[in-house]
Amino acid sequence: MFEIISKRELNPTVSEIEVYAPLVAKKAEAGQFVIVRAIEDGERIPLTVADYDREKGSVKIIFQIVGATTFTLNQLKKGDCLADFVGPLGNPTETEGLKKVAIIGGGVGSAIAYPIAKKLHNLGATVHTIAGFRNKDLVILEDEFKAVSDKFILMSDDGSAGEKGLVTDALKTLIENGENYDEVIAIGPVIMMKFVCALTKQYNVKTIISMNPIMIDGTGMCGGCRLTVGGKTKFACVDGPDFDGHLVDFDEAMSRGAMYKEWERHKYEETCNLFKKA
Amino acid sequence: MPNMSLQKNEMPVQEANVRNKNFNEVALGYSKEQALSEAERCLNCKNKPCMNGCPVMVKIPDFIAKIREGDFEGAYQIISETSSLPAVCGRVCPQESQCEKYCIRGIKGDPVGIGRLERFVADLHNANSKVEKIDIKQNGIKVAVVGSGPSGLTCAGDLAKKGYSVTVFEAFHIAGGVLSYGIPEFRLPKAIVEKEIENLQTLGVKFEKDMVIGKVLSIEELYKEGFKAVFIGTGAGLPKFMNIEGENKNGVYSANEFLTRINLMKAYKEDSSTPIKRGKKIVVVGGGNVAMDAARSALRLGGDVSIVYRRTKNELPARKEEVLHAEEEGIVFNFLTNPVRINADEKGWVKSITCVKMELGEPDASGRRSPVVVNGSEFDIEADVVIMALGTSPNPLIKNTTNGLEVNNHGGIIVDENGKTSVDYVYAGGDAVTGAATVILAMGAGKTAAKAIDAKLLNKTETK
Repeated sequence: MFEIISKRELNPTVSEIEVYAPLVAKKAEAGQFVIVRAIEDGERIPLTVADYDREKGSVKIIFQIVGATTFTLNQLKKGDCLADFVGPLGNPTETEGLKKVAIIGGGVGSAIAYPIAKKLHNLGATVHTIAGFRNKDLVILEDEFKAVSDKFILMSDDGSAGEKGLVTDALKTLIENGENYDEVIAIGPVIMMKFVCALTKQYNVKTIISMNPIMIDGTGMCGGCRLTVGGKTKFACVDGPDFDGHLVDFDEAMSRGAMYKEWERHKYEETCNLFKKA
Repeated sequence: MPNMSLQKNEMPVQEANVRNKNFNEVALGYSKEQALSEAERCLNCKNKPCMNGCPVMVKIPDFIAKIREGDFEGAYQIISETSSLPAVCGRVCPQESQCEKYCIRGIKGDPVGIGRLERFVADLHNANSKVEKIDIKQNGIKVAVVGSGPSGLTCAGDLAKKGYSVTVFEAFHIAGGVLSYGIPEFRLPKAIVEKEIENLQTLGVKFEKDMVIGKVLSIEELYKEGFKAVFIGTGAGLPKFMNIEGENKNGVYSANEFLTRINLMKAYKEDSSTPIKRGKKIVVVGGGNVAMDAARSALRLGGDVSIVYRRTKNELPARKEEVLHAEEEGIVFNFLTNPVRINADEKGWVKSITCVKMELGEPDASGRRSPVVVNGSEFDIEADVVIMALGTSPNPLIKNTTNGLEVNNHGGIIVDENGKTSVDYVYAGGDAVTGAATVILAMGAGKTAAKAIDAKLLNKTETK
């Protein structure tokens, strides 16, 4: 079984759990994801690998409580077991040949950006990280990012942490100040990735984004995770999750991502109430 | 004296207007009396033409003879000599294009209801049998089977019976492959699939779930783990789409996704944790069994369902019974119709599907008359859910991580007549080889490969 060997709260709505899954830990690379089912009869959800320890045989995942499934997942404690933990799925983030990279993390997407920053740092690349959050209470992984970044810029919408503004403001300043990046890697809400790409296109800087769409199997069977890239239909689970951001149809991806929003809101309320009663 | 009735004994079914609102099995199965009467229709032909129509060569006249004698368990034993999934095949095989197609009684009147009889004996066996540990002499040789669908289960069962130590690796959290995620409960109750898997476990077959071979372990690594041969039965891969405008709009599903949400994740149940869009007007595109399954599942969720198919009723590839059941349940068929565009509202949700009328032209290479567009025939069908059931292309995960594994231009793994791939000790079968086909063909391929694996491994052990 997939035992939770440690758990910590990164902020009031974001948790990190470390799961004992030696086979997955042996193969996992930054940029890949796992499919998790918290409990029997639970929903299958994709979560990106946040970190791994091959010797310990563990994989870390970081998730935000946004609905019934993640709420249920967050009810599990150290010592509990996940029903299923499948992976590593998708392709690892390409890091070969990168000498200088700007990593952009938005909200809980920073959890996915971190292992990529760490990997690039370990490979000897210059890493500039820009992490954006709504306010100081939602900031995660600040120390971790600092440890692997040559430059770390913290942004918040209200200015309560780091500088006030959006990640695109910080990126624009860096590029305007003459920083030449081989690549920008942006991971966060789809809307953030869309605006990062709009910016980098102006400066002609290659930009890789990581998609986290709705999925069921995660192995290239259901087709639920499809998106349009350069006018062609691609499947995030086997073709991605990383794509050339300048080619992605973000508006379509945003619309698809909201497909079950209303249903999920009901389910979330129902589940919360259930736990309140218990 | 044989029963010379020209008609098959009718299959008792749930009333169409009742069953189209529930997910319980449609066909209820023969009673003993009906089975005996139907068995009497078999003439026990000397040359057994029916057997040649069966991909796994079930000894059909022999098992029917046992039914006539009232030895139902004996009949089951004869079937299970060659078929590892009798209760499944009795339900989902396209008998009309296989065994029953060659039945002499079919020349004048209905052929013998072979599938119905097979189902009858299998169900009776499963209802009465206790799970017994069967004594098989183990040879200690480990074989890995990748995928627990019909081809994998058959291959695993046959090898286990020969004494191999078989481990089946499954990517999902439930074994059964398409039998679990694809074919709906009302056509193949999941309890039957579970029973068949249990039967394999009593033969000593081990199941490892949540294992995506090609990702967590490569084929090469399976060798390092001590497996001497590998069978790849990974089944259907990426769903095909039409590459028309609007296919990625909200409310457009592949049949794979729609059926997986319903069958595997139980989205039809009110308390399911997996969502599904319940449409008011559902349009299913395609004419195969998967299209029928998707259409009939959608109907049971509520709403009006229609099927759009570019050829005529005569060319529908689905089992006849499924088409009949779909019609009875109130599904509307739009033949000679082909979608050209899916239209969405300002929020990105499907609102209609634009189609053109087709007419049948000259026969193509496959012998089927290919449909041609009727100019200026565009029209709209209102729809809030569209389900694309156009087949699948094989899954790329194993191909991408196995050196030297050759595939054809469709991505199907290339095998010889024994199911052997371009890599030594690696065999394959089912949809991973052929692209979307039937359960029984996949079983046949699993069977062939099991035989070849046994021959290969035993030779090797002997020459050592």
